[in-house]
Amino acid sequence: MINLQWLYAIAGVVFAGYALGSARDAANPKRWGNAAFWMLLAVSFWFGDLLGDIGNGLLVLVLVALAGARMLGRGPGKTTSPEEREQSADRWGNRLFLPALVIPFTAFVGTLLFNYTPLKTLGLIDPKAVTLVLLGAGVLLALTICMAWLRPTALATVEEGSRLANSIGWAIVLPQMLASLGVIFAAAGVGTTIGAIVSTVIPHGSVLLAVLIYALGMVAFTMIMGNAFAAFPVMAAAIGVPILIHADGGNPAVIGAVGMLAGFCGTLMTPMAANFNIVPAALLELKDQYGVVKVQVATAIPLLIANILILYIAGFHL
Amino acid sequence: MMIDYWPLLGIALVVAGFALRFNPLLVVAVAAIVTGLLGHMPFLKVLATLGHGFNENRYVTVIYIILPVIGLLERYGLQQRARTLIANMRGATVGRLLLVYLGFRQIISALGLTSAAGQAQTVRPLVAPMALAAAEKQHGTIDEETSERVKAMSAATDNVGLFFGEDIFLAVASILLIQSSLESFGVHLLPLELSVWAIPSAICAFLIHGTRLLLLDRKIGQRS
Repeated sequence: MINLQWLYAIAGVVFAGYALGSARDAANPKRWGNAAFWMLLAVSFWFGDLLGDIGNGLLVLVLVALAGARMLGRGPGKTTSPEEREQSADRWGNRLFLPALVIPFTAFVGTLLFNYTPLKTLGLIDPKAVTLVLLGAGVLLALTICMAWLRPTALATVEEGSRLANSIGWAIVLPQMLASLGVIFAAAGVGTTIGAIVSTVIPHGSVLLAVLIYALGMVAFTMIMGNAFAAFPVMAAAIGVPILIHADGGNPAVIGAVGMLAGFCGTLMTPMAANFNIVPAALLELKDQYGVVKVQVATAIPLLIANILILYIAGFHL
Repeated sequence: MMIDYWPLLGIALVVAGFALRFNPLLVVAVAAIVTGLLGHMPFLKVLATLGHGFNENRYVTVIYIILPVIGLLERYGLQQRARTLIANMRGATVGRLLLVYLGFRQIISALGLTSAAGQAQTVRPLVAPMALAAAEKQHGTIDEETSERVKAMSAATDNVGLFFGEDIFLAVASILLIQSSLESFGVHLLPLELSVWAIPSAICAFLIHGTRLLLLDRKIGQRS
């Protein structure tokens, strides 16, 4: 069965490639820091399950030390000049879009095939890994097409990969680090504490006030944890179920669905949701690492107000 | 009931660390260790929990195997081609382009195709360069502030489209989480009952963010 282990083996190869490309970039004074960082991630993908929890913990500390000591940095990178790119773009034309569209197309066709044909029951792909397996298949397919058609050297492929990896830098592992922080927060009882605090401020008698505290609690807790998934069970237990659904008689489907979406407004406003808010800033080479969060606030706040109104009106008055 | 406030110090550290712009990896690691120690875990246990959590969440980072493909296509002029395409398209503006992308992203997410688009898959290679080309078309060369804003808006549009589209799909993780959380309190719901209630918010998201996108056009127009 194709499961996550297959994907991790491939990811190890790709990250080792980033390490190789970084080490070869002699013009970058930080090339060894970059190479060590990507190689450690390759080791994590290949041998993570063999290292043991303490071993993985030490690996994390070294990654953090490399990033914290500013030993990573982007170099000039070996790539084509803007003029060469213009010429190449004229030469290849719109066909250049094809390999880029192969990845989403593989995800699209693969999802359809998996959900609506007997593929699911064959046990060929682990259902829990299906999205990532399709992504991996799409990447391999797109890479094969690029290699066969554009005919870059193998070295150019490695250099282009590490050029982009180093332009994102340490931010690549930030989402994974935040997920492990979530594990520590849960183990140390942060959720229980927040739930207990919310329970002490619950108002009685005012539905609107209870809705406000529920929605704002979702937003605040989501901003702290970086995703609404950790916040929802806590807020549902503290206020959603006992007050809004049971005591005030709200529509449970609205309380559940729109409560979660209020949390998503929080996701738009926090750097803790790194894969949505911090990584893209690096990926698009923004000057301000909080640039994406900042433009999202003006969408998130009116949208939060809209969600509170939906909760109040559809939850209690329809 | 006595509330143990100490574990919350870790949150304060994260907020302070991010605000003071220390390296976020460092901030998160320090916050994790401090929170664990204050939660009465011995140091080795904290280290093991951190390592275990990191190893279990490797799937989050797998997406970046896409970079060699994007890098190669950029080498051969993908971004330049995306710009040419927009430059030749009549009536293309930043706002209209991103508005179409917002609707597209919401619809494919609602069909369960959440990872068919994304920051690495579509925004960096296609959407952001197209949006920049549209801005340049609107009034020649653009200053750095405008290009930063256009790029940030491209990323933001992908996020808004994803977040306020995906919950319309029945089998998305968050709908299943809502269902199972409420189930544990004896509230029984079907995924369909929940996902229907994601539609009003999705419409509001399209209207609110869409309005901002069209206002961005006006703002860029005024600068010229």
